[in-house]
Amino acid sequence: MKFTIQVNEGPYQHEAADTAYHFTKAALDKGHEIFRIFFYHDGVNNGTRLTTPPQDDRNIVDRWSKLGQEHDIDMVLCVAAAQRRGIVDDGEAERNGKDATNIAPGFRISGLGQLIEGGIESDRVIVFGD
Amino acid sequence: MLHLVNKSPHDGCNLDTATSIMKDGDSLLLIEDGVYGAIKAGKAASLLEGRSVSVLGPDLAARGISEDKLVDGITIVDYAGFVDMVAASDNVQSWL
Amino acid sequence: MPETKKLMYINRKAPYGTIYAWESLEVVLIGAAFEQDVSVAFMDDGVYQLTKGQDTTGIGMKNFSPTYTALGDYEVNKIYVDKESLEERGLTLDDLQHLVWEDEDEDYAEKDSIRLVSRAELSEVLADQDVLFNF
Repeated sequence: MKFTIQVNEGPYQHEAADTAYHFTKAALDKGHEIFRIFFYHDGVNNGTRLTTPPQDDRNIVDRWSKLGQEHDIDMVLCVAAAQRRGIVDDGEAERNGKDATNIAPGFRISGLGQLIEGGIESDRVIVFGD
Repeated sequence: MLHLVNKSPHDGCNLDTATSIMKDGDSLLLIEDGVYGAIKAGKAASLLEGRSVSVLGPDLAARGISEDKLVDGITIVDYAGFVDMVAASDNVQSWL
Repeated sequence: MPETKKLMYINRKAPYGTIYAWESLEVVLIGAAFEQDVSVAFMDDGVYQLTKGQDTTGIGMKNFSPTYTALGDYEVNKIYVDKESLEERGLTLDDLQHLVWEDEDEDYAEKDSIRLVSRAELSEVLADQDVLFNF
């Protein structure tokens, strides 16, 4: 079955990012396909590579990057939400004259249409948030 | 339809709303702080009567809630069970 | 693309206190371009999104409430408002903005977009959807 997963909250602040990760991993283990993970609202903060949690804590961003790359998952940060919260890739840095980027490996920035498309193309949409 | 509730019944009306919308044949899965709603001695227990209710085991364990504290008849699932519940339902409503 | 799907956006949070209402509205506007069978539900504190008379000057935020009146132009004209949520908050339909759309098939007759529904009716509507987007 094809799933699209929406993550509405940032890492560490709320358990949503953890639940979404464990759910995604379990779905993949069961042979389901993850069509897309769409990060919205503060959820875009799951995609900053500048995160530095203490050594004895989970690294939520690295964990997503690793899972995304291992399973070739399309992990999309909403562009409007990312701009508001300062998550930047090369294209956004150039367009908006920013002097740095911070997007983590395996993520890309794109429009809200990607969420709607996920809903249309997938068998199920599951939203994790506050 | 699968209903997800992730908030304590003492924080907002999510569980009330979810159970008021639930139809026969629908399932309810309590996750994150939503698992507090499954406690037998708690005020929300009556909302779960006669419904198909599951709780996410890892969230239960994290909060130190033992099985004997739960409303009778509740099913405990792991993340794999969560996935199965999603696959078995036509759609999913997260009561955020 | 598969056949048309029934997509519903469910709003249960008040505006301004958090960003969910505004960013949800952005999804509805973008989603309108996909020509799916779209509806929007407002329940619990979400009904506060539609109230008249919002003035955000003093808090320095954008007042996005006028945008709801434009939803009809985006062919988003199935707007379900939970009656019980209104009543619990001491509100009636008169406290909400008048949302309308123009029916091309009836010489652009202006029609109400808001459908005031009971919990039981809303329950049926939700069960009938293919995809539920929650904010």
